Amino acid sequence: MTWVNAVVQGVLLGGYYALLACGLALMFGVMRIINLAHGDIAVLGAYLITVVLDHWNVNAFIALVPVLPVMLIAGYGLQRTMLDRALRSGVLVPLLATFGLSIVIQNLLLEKFSPDVRSLGGNAGGLVTASWQISNQLSISALGALILGVAVAILGGLQLFLSRTQAGRRMRATAQDPDTAELVGIDSRGVYARATAIAVATACIAGLFLAMRSTFDPFSGPTQLIFAFEAVVIGGFGSLWGTLVGGIVLGVAQTIGAQIDPQYSVLAGHLVFLAVLASPHGGIFRVRPAT
Amino acid sequence: MTAVPATTAAVRVQRWTRLSAGFTSGFGLFAVALAFVPVALSQTATQKLTTLLILVLMAAMWNALAGYGGLVSIGQQGFIGLGAYGTVWLCNHGMSPYRAMVVATLFCGAVSLPVSYLVLRFRAAQFAIAMWVLAEVAAILVSFDHSLGAGTGTSLIELNYYSPDARQSYTYWLTLGMTAFFLAVLFVLLRSRMGSSLQAIRDDEEAAASVGVRVVLGKRILFVLAAAGCGGAGAMTLANTLFIEPGSIFGVNFTAYMIFMVLVGGLGTFEGPILGAIVLFLIQNHWGSSGVWYLVGLGVGAILFALLLPRGLWGTLRDRYAIQLLPVGHFLRGARAAEEPA
Repeated sequence: MTWVNAVVQGVLLGGYYALLACGLALMFGVMRIINLAHGDIAVLGAYLITVVLDHWNVNAFIALVPVLPVMLIAGYGLQRTMLDRALRSGVLVPLLATFGLSIVIQNLLLEKFSPDVRSLGGNAGGLVTASWQISNQLSISALGALILGVAVAILGGLQLFLSRTQAGRRMRATAQDPDTAELVGIDSRGVYARATAIAVATACIAGLFLAMRSTFDPFSGPTQLIFAFEAVVIGGFGSLWGTLVGGIVLGVAQTIGAQIDPQYSVLAGHLVFLAVLASPHGGIFRVRPAT
Repeated sequence: MTAVPATTAAVRVQRWTRLSAGFTSGFGLFAVALAFVPVALSQTATQKLTTLLILVLMAAMWNALAGYGGLVSIGQQGFIGLGAYGTVWLCNHGMSPYRAMVVATLFCGAVSLPVSYLVLRFRAAQFAIAMWVLAEVAAILVSFDHSLGAGTGTSLIELNYYSPDARQSYTYWLTLGMTAFFLAVLFVLLRSRMGSSLQAIRDDEEAAASVGVRVVLGKRILFVLAAAGCGGAGAMTLANTLFIEPGSIFGVNFTAYMIFMVLVGGLGTFEGPILGAIVLFLIQNHWGSSGVWYLVGLGVGAILFALLLPRGLWGTLRDRYAIQLLPVGHFLRGARAAEEPA
């Protein structure tokens, strides 16, 4: 039963990873770049929520409401100012530039908010402690279920957006071939900026849940980026739903590792990721060669 | 390089210029002169120069990967940590410390060969983050080992048998030797036939492959070289700072330093990373104590150079004045004055 519990907790954790990873997957899908500051942006979102909470004593979800548009605009601006230019200079420059951005965000957060570990668990009402006790050793936390639900909703929403709306079709066309998309009148730079804005906003939501379900500090970002990337890779880079599967596989690997010994948690996730990379067809990269 | 078509007979392919011949011999003599630093200067100065030499080594190795192989690694700190902890492990098993540093360096090169078969299938971000995860795994595995001080760190007790002066001198000499060795290997490699292939890979991987360049072999050589070089840098960092812990020696900050040095100096140039290391060294000495803002500055600097001056300081100078001081490329001299170096 403890193993069943480990799997169930892993699935719930996987919901968080999928939510964190979907922005990364979206940017990779549309622009073929990996934003190495993605984890730091999630942590930045969490800190912005704490700023709101310092001024108004409200629920953390309500504090997200003013932060979300700020992050959307920030994402749009990030693409227009920095990433557009980086994209024009080949495949290495976006990596280098976003790695620099990651260092900048971490240290600015350290300067502004001190290295103290924080948590928003206390600002979530009774949500953090509520759970459904299914049996002696199996319980489902309300927060975990909520995160998984939000992840499914956001991934589904993105999928619908991409497949059913005009803007989504433009985004897919640009992803396939930006030059041809331009020929038929699509403003591919604008599409890129919208994609990054969405990615940054979803990272911010993931940041809120990170802050609720555990603790964070200015240097929490890189670990979150690695987990998000692992979820994307395990899921196969193919689709948003693949990212959900990848997140759940990663989450289950971590909780099963932790069940064996708490210090094996992260290691187990890494090993599953490396096993996927080492798989005979070059893992998931067979599907779509990276450029 | 030997077959010059008759129609362009007026064009001469030139590698050595008077300037570069003079500078390269001067550079060699300078390296020899550097060996006298521990005799001539104070222990503190020797320690600082050791730090600079380690930075030069790291920058040159990271540039070998990124500048010539097109492989941006965020995981070279894995080899840095492995070099340092390998030294500790070998000393714990009875090897003398300085010999252990050399063996640990070779060990890192040996480990990287099987690793290369896993990671060299990937490019760009996939390679970058796969390397990062491998470095994290190495750090976690080291922190499990209680004989290596687990997560809390360890020091190289065996170095206490030397007097502080002697220890600093030996550390400096070994660092100088390693840095000179790895720079020389890279220099010779880049000037060989393989070097032309590597520079072709840097310029355009697909085109290089299409004219028969063995892209993967070239990358593998660079990968092993950079792993050994970073392992050496890690071993020397241990000798220079005397104390290490997994959190710092496997820290991604090393990658931040390497990226900064190479971007500032000039990605894909031989001289650039040396210049970048000197710049970082000066910045560290002036502003290193200001902590947070110093790191913010490094990040901003890396972004600005990546976006606005992607060839770095040296690359920009080289292109404008067509000079090479340590020539690994060629000039075409002919009707027009000086072309861009190959």
